[in-house]
Amino acid sequence: MIPSLLEEGKALAIKKKQASVQKHEGPSHSNHNPKLAMLLSIIPGFGQIYNKRYVKGTLIFILFTAFLIVLFDYLQTGLQGLISLGEVERQDDSRLFLSHGILALILSVFFIIFYVINIQDARHDAVKIRNGWRVTGIMDGFRNAWDTGFPYVLVGPGLLLLIFVVLFPLLFMGFLAFTNYTLYNSPPRSLLDWVGFQNFINLFTIDEWRNTFVNVLSWTIVWTLVATTLSIAVAMFLAILTNDKRIRFKKFIRTIFILPWAVPGFVTIIIFSALFNDNFGAINADIIEPLFGTTIPWLTNATWTKIALIMIQVWLGFPYIYALFTGVLQGISNDWYEAAEMDGATRWQKFRNITFPHLMFATGPLLITQYTFNFNNFNIIFLFNGGGPPVRGQTAGATDILLSWIYNLTFSNSQFSMAAAISIILGIIVATFAFFQFRRSRSFKEEETY
Amino acid sequence: MTGKKPISRKTKNIIELTIMYLIIGIVFVIIAYPLLWAFGMSLNPSSNLYGASIIPENWSFTHYQWLFTDPRSNYLIWYRNTLIVAFSVSLIGTLLVGLTAYAFSRYRFKGRTYGIYAFLLLQMFPVLMAMVSLYILLNTINLLDTLLGLIIIYVGGNIPMNAFLVKGYFDTLPRELDESAKMDGAGHFRIFFQILLPLAKPILAVVALFNFMNPFMDYILPRIVLRSPENYTLALGLFNFVNDQFSNNFTRFAAGAILIAIPIATVYLFLQKYLISGLASGATKG
Repeated sequence: MIPSLLEEGKALAIKKKQASVQKHEGPSHSNHNPKLAMLLSIIPGFGQIYNKRYVKGTLIFILFTAFLIVLFDYLQTGLQGLISLGEVERQDDSRLFLSHGILALILSVFFIIFYVINIQDARHDAVKIRNGWRVTGIMDGFRNAWDTGFPYVLVGPGLLLLIFVVLFPLLFMGFLAFTNYTLYNSPPRSLLDWVGFQNFINLFTIDEWRNTFVNVLSWTIVWTLVATTLSIAVAMFLAILTNDKRIRFKKFIRTIFILPWAVPGFVTIIIFSALFNDNFGAINADIIEPLFGTTIPWLTNATWTKIALIMIQVWLGFPYIYALFTGVLQGISNDWYEAAEMDGATRWQKFRNITFPHLMFATGPLLITQYTFNFNNFNIIFLFNGGGPPVRGQTAGATDILLSWIYNLTFSNSQFSMAAAISIILGIIVATFAFFQFRRSRSFKEEETY
Repeated sequence: MTGKKPISRKTKNIIELTIMYLIIGIVFVIIAYPLLWAFGMSLNPSSNLYGASIIPENWSFTHYQWLFTDPRSNYLIWYRNTLIVAFSVSLIGTLLVGLTAYAFSRYRFKGRTYGIYAFLLLQMFPVLMAMVSLYILLNTINLLDTLLGLIIIYVGGNIPMNAFLVKGYFDTLPRELDESAKMDGAGHFRIFFQILLPLAKPILAVVALFNFMNPFMDYILPRIVLRSPENYTLALGLFNFVNDQFSNNFTRFAAGAILIAIPIATVYLFLQKYLISGLASGATKG
């Protein structure tokens, strides 16, 4: 079926080509000037009218004028507000000025984009007319517009929502990082001011902030590396173990092993935090105390909390990787192992040279996402011990990662500007990582070769 | 071959197998213990965890009863709220994602490449990072403490990642299909709804399911958006059981948690193949 479709497609393409050739053969208007069309388009729509596309030109003119008439005031006050952040104390809410300013900014960017498109469109049409293209009728024009505009219609609703729910908040936070929004200086009581890079400078020069930042960042990195690598190691070990030919009831064993992934994470983490409770937790009361005659301060000692967190994350994180690995292992041809056995390879050599490369090749990018996931794994840190135990002289607990620290700064300490500044640093780390990851990923390469 | 070797190989085999089953057994215990413990707690009539054992002496379904019948319990309202959010997010979210992915996969339009870059970048940022601004935004448009506000954020926040998942899948469908349909005079929407959508069912089902499950498991966004207990979703309500006074309500939390964990775990276990492959293709394809 498909080959015949292909041929039809080719036939169509050839027809199209012939049609366009015929159009080119029409009388050429070499005196039609694209530059003039562009210049006229400085007033939107006039370039199109010069191109004799009267309806289109008028529509563009009306749209742009309407946009300006309706929104000019809003844009102007919005952008001014973004600069001043309000003038009358106790009356102007700087946060509102900021959000209106950002909206005005987004709208302005859209206006500029459409403006540039309008000029380019006039030029494009003018060039076509100069090359002998005849202006089509209104209906054809509409159909053309519908065809080229259709992808935008599709993307439109999603894009609009994305702008409001993702882009706007991120911009807002970005701007907040350059203001002095703290508990003591918070709207609507007082006005915010732009302070430039002061928050970032404070973060790196004031001892209290710098120490906290260094501690949190280093624990975030240790946490990400250890918790993820350990999960992968456990998953790999168990996947190879349960893939052994001699093991029976494989399906049942695999179902049980995937169970931790299936139970909602927040439920299990809360259960664990009760299990590990210093005083009445079952781990201390039922296991550690009878065996060793002592109790472990799981939630009050920083090192023990970290150990508990890593163990729990392995419990939570290994099943998904285990399932992936199991899938890959089942796909490795037995010939590899048989050939290796003939050469007298040891078990370790078989693992090192056959199993391990297969697993890594098939799941590499997925494992990287596991690292990024744990880097921002807010749930477990927050639910297990709230980032605690607290550390004297710093705003973050001993097990706070960057994201949970930002959360605490925002919702417990009201250090909004500092939280925003740290968010930006977190964003830069994440974006750098993403950049390198996606440069290697498949779809990106496909995109480039399209 | 000597007579001794096969025997020693056989014993070696048995020892190895024993060790393997032993390891599997230990892992079973480690996996099952917390879950069974929580189930035991949910049957414990007292609300006190101190000295509670995994098999309570006088077990009862008091907590389950309380959740459903006590006038002070909002459990059913939370269940209803969660279902409202889950259904809306699943429906609207999947439709929007389908449309967006269709455009990115099938059309070459101005700004497409920038759009892809933007999506790639945006999906990396945790929604959590922009909490303050989301709060202020919802406050200004009067959607704070409403389910609608929550739905909007879920739908919008899920677009970048899911759009990539679906776009990757659309890319694998042969383009000749829509080209031949176009020749037969099918419009843009008809190609989408009648040709591509049915073919993309598997991935759309995965996206819809993820969108549906998420409101059951997320407590942090509802915590920021929702204020009054009658607007809570399940996860937030349960979270507050243990968040307010930890030891007092843990058993009640356990009962409520088990009632949502069982259906979700069942769905996950039954559909694990699709869910895992969906997650996997999402990550490798971008």
